[in-house]
Amino acid sequence: MSKFKKKSKADTNIPTSALPDIIFMLLFFFMVVTVLREQEILVEQKIPQATQLQKIQKKTLISYLYIGKPKNTALYGTEPRIQANDVLINTSDIVFWVTQEKDKLSEAERDQITISLKADRDVKMGPISDIQFELREADARKLLYASVGRVDQ
Amino acid sequence: MPSKRGRMSQEVNAGSMADIAFLLLIFFLVTTTIASDKGILNILPPKQDPNEPPPEVELNERNIFNILINANDQLLIEGDFRTNTDGLSDEIKRFVLNFGRPDEENLALFNSLPASLRGLAEQNPESSDYPGSGGAVVSIKTNRGTSYELYLEVLDLVKKAYFEIYGERVGLTAEQYRQLSGRTAAEAELQDKGKEGIPMAISIAEPDKLGGD
Repeated sequence: MSKFKKKSKADTNIPTSALPDIIFMLLFFFMVVTVLREQEILVEQKIPQATQLQKIQKKTLISYLYIGKPKNTALYGTEPRIQANDVLINTSDIVFWVTQEKDKLSEAERDQITISLKADRDVKMGPISDIQFELREADARKLLYASVGRVDQ
Repeated sequence: MPSKRGRMSQEVNAGSMADIAFLLLIFFLVTTTIASDKGILNILPPKQDPNEPPPEVELNERNIFNILINANDQLLIEGDFRTNTDGLSDEIKRFVLNFGRPDEENLALFNSLPASLRGLAEQNPESSDYPGSGGAVVSIKTNRGTSYELYLEVLDLVKKAYFEIYGERVGLTAEQYRQLSGRTAAEAELQDKGKEGIPMAISIAEPDKLGGD
């Protein structure tokens, strides 16, 4: 009996010395994939779902436009607004914004600029088509309708 | 005996290491937004010159697959009233692959198609002439009051039809075809082979100003 007890006691000790290593591995994974948010999103963002998603290979070519109802409705009203960088802009400012974004790229890459349209799913087509019109004016014709994946039913 | 004790005390207690790492892990878990640069690509048409009216392109009505969406999110697809998008992707696939009046170039295209796609290809004279350029076009027209979500859903289905055709031509599924990056020569070749002769002709018309908000 005493022999049995002794044995079981020895077995309960789980070696935990490898635990920090496992945790560190997870930690490094998350550190690598983390992109710290540089800017605060001022508009609502419920990204619509789609199935035929494509990935953009070069992230430096992407500039983001956020469209949606402002979170702070007391200050900005309830109509959908456009956010570029960290300010809300009007449709007429888009051409200027695109020029600024293009200036950040090297000369050879300027015409490859891709605008990622992060629009809320409750936005209507009116503002979206206004933006598309301005983007055509600004000659930034590659457009990505940002969306999240959906499993095919 | 004293020597053994000295050795014992040299061991650092690493038990709390896990706790520290956990704390950091939780911090990064919370702050992480896994970057999602995914979406539906669309190339806008070049800007219009106000002095030059857009070139008049003669297209036969049968070569245009009309999708109209109104401000109440109701669809009018080729003259049919619908309230949902069920089966739209397959209809577009049949429309694009229709060889109503193929010219020589498109006959060659038809012969190059794999058997599975050739089975889909009909010769309906009422539908599109051929998939090549100058042939089938899918037109999406919205209203200013149409919801962006439905517009994207329709565009998604049109893209799905095309990607399925492209994928099938090179023996991949639509999903595998979409994931080709074109970075290596082999992938770029597959991509071109899938697209060859069947351009993704999606026309997005300026929305109507009437109705909605």
